[in-house]
Amino acid sequence: MIRFEPRTEAAPALRVAAPVASISAALALAAVPLAAAGAPILTAFRLMGEGAAGSIFALTETLTRATPLILTGLAAAVAFRARLYNIGAEGQLYAGALAAVAVGSGAVEAPPAVLVPLILAAAALAGALLMLGPALLKVRLGIDEVVTTLLLNFVVLLFVQMMLEGPLKDPMGGGWPQSEPVTEAGMLPPLVERMRLHAGLLVALSASLLAQVVLSRTVLGLKIKAVGENPDAARFVGIGVAGVTAAVAVISGGLAGIAGASEVAGLKGYLTSDLSRGFGYAGIVVAMLAGLQPLACVPTAVFIAAVFVGADTMSRTLGVSSYIADLIVALSLLCALVSGLFARFRVRWS
Amino acid sequence: MTRLLSLQGVTKRFGNLVANDGIDLGLKRGEILALLGENGAGKTTLMNILFGHYVAEEGTIAVAGPSGSLDPLPPGSPRAALTAGIGMVHQHFALAESLTVIENVVLGTERLLAPWLKLRAARRKLERLMAESGLAIAPDARVSTLSVGEKQRVEILKVLYRDARILVLDEPTAVLTPQEVVGLFAVLRRLAGAGLGIVFISHKLGEVLAIADRVAVLRHGRKVADQPIGEADRRSLAALMVGHEVAHSRREQREPGDVLLALDRVTVRPEKGRVGLQEASLEVRAGEIFGIAGVSGNGQAALAGIVAGTAAAGAGTLTLAGERVTRPSPRAMNDAGVARIPEDRHRDGIVGSLSVAENMALETLGSPEVRRTGFLRFERMREQAREAIAAYDIRCSGPGAPIRLLSGGNIQKVILARVLDRNPRVILANQPTRGLDVGAAAEVHRRLLEARSRGAGVILISEDLDELLALCDRIAVIARGRLTRAEPVETLTRERIGLLMAGHAEDEVA
Repeated sequence: MIRFEPRTEAAPALRVAAPVASISAALALAAVPLAAAGAPILTAFRLMGEGAAGSIFALTETLTRATPLILTGLAAAVAFRARLYNIGAEGQLYAGALAAVAVGSGAVEAPPAVLVPLILAAAALAGALLMLGPALLKVRLGIDEVVTTLLLNFVVLLFVQMMLEGPLKDPMGGGWPQSEPVTEAGMLPPLVERMRLHAGLLVALSASLLAQVVLSRTVLGLKIKAVGENPDAARFVGIGVAGVTAAVAVISGGLAGIAGASEVAGLKGYLTSDLSRGFGYAGIVVAMLAGLQPLACVPTAVFIAAVFVGADTMSRTLGVSSYIADLIVALSLLCALVSGLFARFRVRWS
Repeated sequence: MTRLLSLQGVTKRFGNLVANDGIDLGLKRGEILALLGENGAGKTTLMNILFGHYVAEEGTIAVAGPSGSLDPLPPGSPRAALTAGIGMVHQHFALAESLTVIENVVLGTERLLAPWLKLRAARRKLERLMAESGLAIAPDARVSTLSVGEKQRVEILKVLYRDARILVLDEPTAVLTPQEVVGLFAVLRRLAGAGLGIVFISHKLGEVLAIADRVAVLRHGRKVADQPIGEADRRSLAALMVGHEVAHSRREQREPGDVLLALDRVTVRPEKGRVGLQEASLEVRAGEIFGIAGVSGNGQAALAGIVAGTAAAGAGTLTLAGERVTRPSPRAMNDAGVARIPEDRHRDGIVGSLSVAENMALETLGSPEVRRTGFLRFERMREQAREAIAAYDIRCSGPGAPIRLLSGGNIQKVILARVLDRNPRVILANQPTRGLDVGAAAEVHRRLLEARSRGAGVILISEDLDELLALCDRIAVIARGRLTRAEPVETLTRERIGLLMAGHAEDEVA
């Protein structure tokens, strides 16, 4: 019979070993379907590694992919810390992208030093406003934010498609549903010559640093942690739970909105309805793997980006479906949850 | 007398902590053994090992079979413990509220796939057990309609129905009125007289002396005494339990001052099965401790909520130092100088993963002592925490320790430090010593009396009559949401308080 006994305290070595072990276990489990698909396993993993980090090009591609994931990961991490389950980062990302093209595709004429911050601010505002509604419904009427934020994703995506077929449609776009491009002055500058990596990465890195500082060093951060872990105690000691929840909604939605602006003004240049490859949802995995620590969202986002970029290369070379990437990410999350169990409990066989 | 149960050398470790250290324990037929010890002394761990919830690293347990010979009990199997005739009544009842008494009793004894319950035979057996034990209760009453004392009887009947020969009761009196305790003790004596072996777990000395034949004292996981009750007295047992003599604080005579806090006909609507308040009035003066006696769940939560600012009155007024409180909130009460010690310190008092220093600052996040331009002043917070740790003798690894690692008594000291260091005018202490060991409880009492001498007005809500009679200047009793007029403690007797607690009207009692 197996029994679980709670550990009195978690050893520090265990905290490092747990994520490493869970990622290793996920890769080992992913070997099974790879083998079933007839791919040589070691070659497949080598190709994935090369595709993700084997050259300057591969590395910059991975970091480019990681940029929106860091931001949506932060959006989830900050919100989940306050027990505000924002599943709507995907919609907030599109709302931010929409605001970015609305401001950046010629409506405002300004030098880059003004226009780029303006675009980011507009995107953050759009994402924040979109998240504020569900947060207020939660604190005022007790409506479950998981449902509202999740459903809003579809509302926003349909709204974006409507705008792209209508007022925002680029007359020069050859009939494709895409927006007018962001002007030269509104684009985030590239970081490496001839590569797609752009300054959005710096925005994401600063955001994670800032979020970490807010959470660990400020009064607001302390309130967020108190509300998230023990709302009863927070209420009892006189912390305004509704106000803190609203502030968290604004920060979380804002971060996801910036992710949208970064994709539009850093990578694509214009808005289409397939701008995001599920970045909003993947951000939840990023945050969970990071243990909801803002700084830790950077390495976990890079890891997930590397899996996706690496799996693309591998599938092209070996002819294995690139869905293997989704599988590895999903397995990583499951293994991380299981390793969390082992970190908290000692397993006894009897 | 024949032996029913024998534990030998039982040792259980959790990491570095030795929860049970080589414990030997025996129980005879017809004997009531009190297992006495502070919280964390290892009583519950020992019983969990007996029931197979934990497996001991060392030691053996043997239970007398029907033939009377002692057979070893397989470790780690609750089913084996039940089959061997061990029954336990937990502090928190495990009853299906929507079923009747007899259905609850039978539940679990019938096979899962049996086509129907054999209730007729069960009823006969239950009625016989009731007659023998004196545990009278209507078999067809729905459990949700029963009082707490009656539910406890159902729990005991459940154990008897399973032909238990060993009955373990975990803190059975915590939820009872004094009169119900007397009734329970009569039942226990009768059961022991019929040959049952009873283990009575408690940290209340008076009860142990009143009911037990023999007392075993646990301290820090070790058995430090095992003696017939005739050889024990209050003083020696308390010293054995704590490891040193406990200094009890005395209340000095003091003239009460002005009214600091007043409730005038405050009504709170009952909510979700929780008792409200009906036109409760009280006045707390400077330099007095005002006691609220009553069995838990009779409106204390509503009353405490009004004073703590977490609940609003449906009708009536709350006055603080002569000014009416029109918009109550936790922060408003806090800022007005009301120190609030919550009933459930883990749920309302602390945030577990935050440090001792952060928890100490939770109520003063707006003050310049804690914040500067939105940033936390960690240095200042740690320094304050260090001072409190020294002043209140808080046992922890330092100001940065996550508070969830602290024991209940030390958590309570953190809360005391948080609310008392601001020299509050009014103190709401809601069950402040519940679950605390003798030493920690004495420290809480000392601090409350200190605040009283300083001129603070204290509202002490408690189920412990000894505590109330020792500390309070005046006591009011709460029963079913009604608060009696407060009376000076000198004119009150335990019996009178007990009758008022049971809900008898004042004129009936007088």
